[in-house]
Amino acid sequence: MPIKSEPVEVNIGPQHPSTHGVFRMVAKIDGERIVDVKMIVGYLHRSMEKLAEERTFTQNIPFTDRMDYLAAMSGNLGYCLSVEKLAGVEVPERAQYLRVIFAELQRVASHCMATGAFINDCGAWQTPVMYAFRDREKVLDLFEMTCGARLTTNYMRIGGVAFDIPDEFLPALDRLINDDLPFRFEEYDQLLVGNEIIMMRARDVGMVSPEMAINASLSGPLLRSAGIAWDIRKADPYCVYDRMQFDIPVGYNGDAYDRMCIRIEEMKQSLRIIRQAVHDLPGGPHKTDVPLAIRPPAGEAYSRVESPKGELGFYVVSDGGPAPYRWHVRAPSLINLSVLREMTIGKSIADAIVTLGSIDINVGELDR
Amino acid sequence: MTMLLSLLTIVTDNWWDIRDLSNVSGAVLDIIDDLGGPAWLIYIVSALLGTLAIISFIGGVAIINIWVERRVVGRMQSRLGPNRLGPFGLLQPIADAIKLMQKEVLQPKSAPGLIFTLAPIMFTIPGIAMMAVLPWGRNMSLANVDVGILYILGLSSLGALAVFMAGYSSNNKYALFGSMRVIAMLVSYEIPIVLSLLGIVLFTGTMNPQGIVLFQEHYWSLMILLQPLAFIIYFFSVSAELNRTPADIAEAESEIVGGYHTEYSGMKFGLFYAAELINAVAVSAIISTLFLGGWWAYKLDEIVPGWMIYIGKIYTVYFVFVWTRGTLPRFRIDQLLAFAWKWLTPMALLNIVMVSAEVTIWEESGLSAGIVLPIYMVINTAAAGAIIYAFVRFLAPKFERFPTQLRFYSNIDVPSLPAVAAPPDRAKVSV
Repeated sequence: MPIKSEPVEVNIGPQHPSTHGVFRMVAKIDGERIVDVKMIVGYLHRSMEKLAEERTFTQNIPFTDRMDYLAAMSGNLGYCLSVEKLAGVEVPERAQYLRVIFAELQRVASHCMATGAFINDCGAWQTPVMYAFRDREKVLDLFEMTCGARLTTNYMRIGGVAFDIPDEFLPALDRLINDDLPFRFEEYDQLLVGNEIIMMRARDVGMVSPEMAINASLSGPLLRSAGIAWDIRKADPYCVYDRMQFDIPVGYNGDAYDRMCIRIEEMKQSLRIIRQAVHDLPGGPHKTDVPLAIRPPAGEAYSRVESPKGELGFYVVSDGGPAPYRWHVRAPSLINLSVLREMTIGKSIADAIVTLGSIDINVGELDR
Repeated sequence: MTMLLSLLTIVTDNWWDIRDLSNVSGAVLDIIDDLGGPAWLIYIVSALLGTLAIISFIGGVAIINIWVERRVVGRMQSRLGPNRLGPFGLLQPIADAIKLMQKEVLQPKSAPGLIFTLAPIMFTIPGIAMMAVLPWGRNMSLANVDVGILYILGLSSLGALAVFMAGYSSNNKYALFGSMRVIAMLVSYEIPIVLSLLGIVLFTGTMNPQGIVLFQEHYWSLMILLQPLAFIIYFFSVSAELNRTPADIAEAESEIVGGYHTEYSGMKFGLFYAAELINAVAVSAIISTLFLGGWWAYKLDEIVPGWMIYIGKIYTVYFVFVWTRGTLPRFRIDQLLAFAWKWLTPMALLNIVMVSAEVTIWEESGLSAGIVLPIYMVINTAAAGAIIYAFVRFLAPKFERFPTQLRFYSNIDVPSLPAVAAPPDRAKVSV
């Protein structure tokens, strides 16, 4: 007698240990196989884009901290670039170099978090997260030294950066990027990249084909893992990235394992960029004087940066007033997440969790 | 008068000597005998004494191991672990227990109450009951059962039944997944466990744990050296049965929240938590009895009391369990089952073939153990290495579809974009 069975609907999230926040997947499951996934977002919606229309351009910078709270500097930078483009503000050399240094430090911190959380989703019992946190803490210490905040930095300003670096910053940074972190990344290579269990869990899981990646307009490590060399820092250089020597790691298979390797490699490349930036760091002012209630001329501007998660774009429309007329954010988390359904169908629950971990979403940015 | 005399006997009969804990119980039994107690009373009192000893040991272990596990794993994760409450945070487990007792016990409305309540209790029993047949020293086991290994095997699968009860009665999808996984794992991993222990039974010719320790003492050879392959198979299989990483798929926190104990709270959850530690200690005790010589340690047991050696060995094995838990990621369920069927079971069968041949040769040739056993140690260690290498070489998953290294690009081609259209009229945007 055949056993009658029917698919079960399981809510993965919004409260689940590994949905990285309040993201919800309604998975239809046949045994352990996923038949269908419905993605539901919006649990952390704070209507930032609408709130921004009632605040001045400078007052909007803290919103960008709270969008991708794991990469606040990148958000600050992207937003300030768009307003500067709109208002035609010149940024001094020193500020541009400082922006590069902090954006790359932020990339290291964010990728540490992403890698640790990803291995945690693979089932390692908190250890990699703790290791990654240890390295991230050191970067956050530098942020605290410079701007007083660790997570929501609010450091970039329209026309420069808020504060110049303190005297003890450069020696501390030198210790970090030359002694501490390279050793840690070697450790990551040994512990994670060559780990048989991680290979078994992450290889051929969460596959993205190049066509799929381009059709879904993915960006960041997700796009590069599919074998497409694309990085805003190279394709559309902002700040002083065109003066820096660095490589873009690109994968072959488009699976979760490639993404992890790419993140670890990108952290090493970030250190390379920081070394060059510190070497070339010019003197001079760290900020051009811009009125706090800046009134850019009527018009619109779109600028994009390579945030740790992908292409983070800011679209600002001004009507000549002190507040943006319309503000839109192209959040890489949201757009990268759109392929989750294609990546998980036919795989098991465990694979779905690994896939979600490898996309590295941030719900604060996802819902804004 | 007799009462006083027997009390004197206790004092004179070096009852305080910690080298043999059984002196105490022996003295108590002697008093009963002197007082003219019937034989059955002595029997019952001795059983009660042994039970009391084991339960107090297990209870103590469950409390202490919470601290040990959290502290050791904390160190592995480059943090401190509990260090606030009492010296070195030693009072942390007590605070945990008090917190768990104070919590409200929630029970899903549609859960069958009896099964739901019984499951954590049933989960705790096997770990304690297993200790009954294990020897703590010479002549020092609660029950010197001749089929001790059979008893252990029977009890060790009872835990999975309790997990299934918990998962099924919780009426929760995650819990159901957990219990489904446990049953699949039980079916797969019982086989390598039984087969690997069969090798020991064949070699020693006894199923009595005390007898196996005596065999190792008699021939001066640890079982881990004689049968390293069986040890590896058994170690991995029990760590799967214990639900510890790399095989903790039954409660896989990152996938199915808490697995079978998702719906449990308060002291019922506390029982699950404690029973997990108890089972780990019980399994460590089994490993140290069967493979590491139990209370015997070459000449060491003449100086140090056997039960101390035994506890030392138990905690050594337990540390390895904590170590694997602190370092390894988890397998997926299909990989875990494939590992049991494709790797461990054939390996265990090969081990049995090897061991049977060795036993036969030993008996037929009539050579003395002094010559045969060292040769067997060398042969078996080499064979274990060769078999594991062969399995890794031919069965390990291969990912050779594409090159594995990353490519590096220092310059990328930027496709020329179509000409940007003129920005929309201000009035149009506002519509």
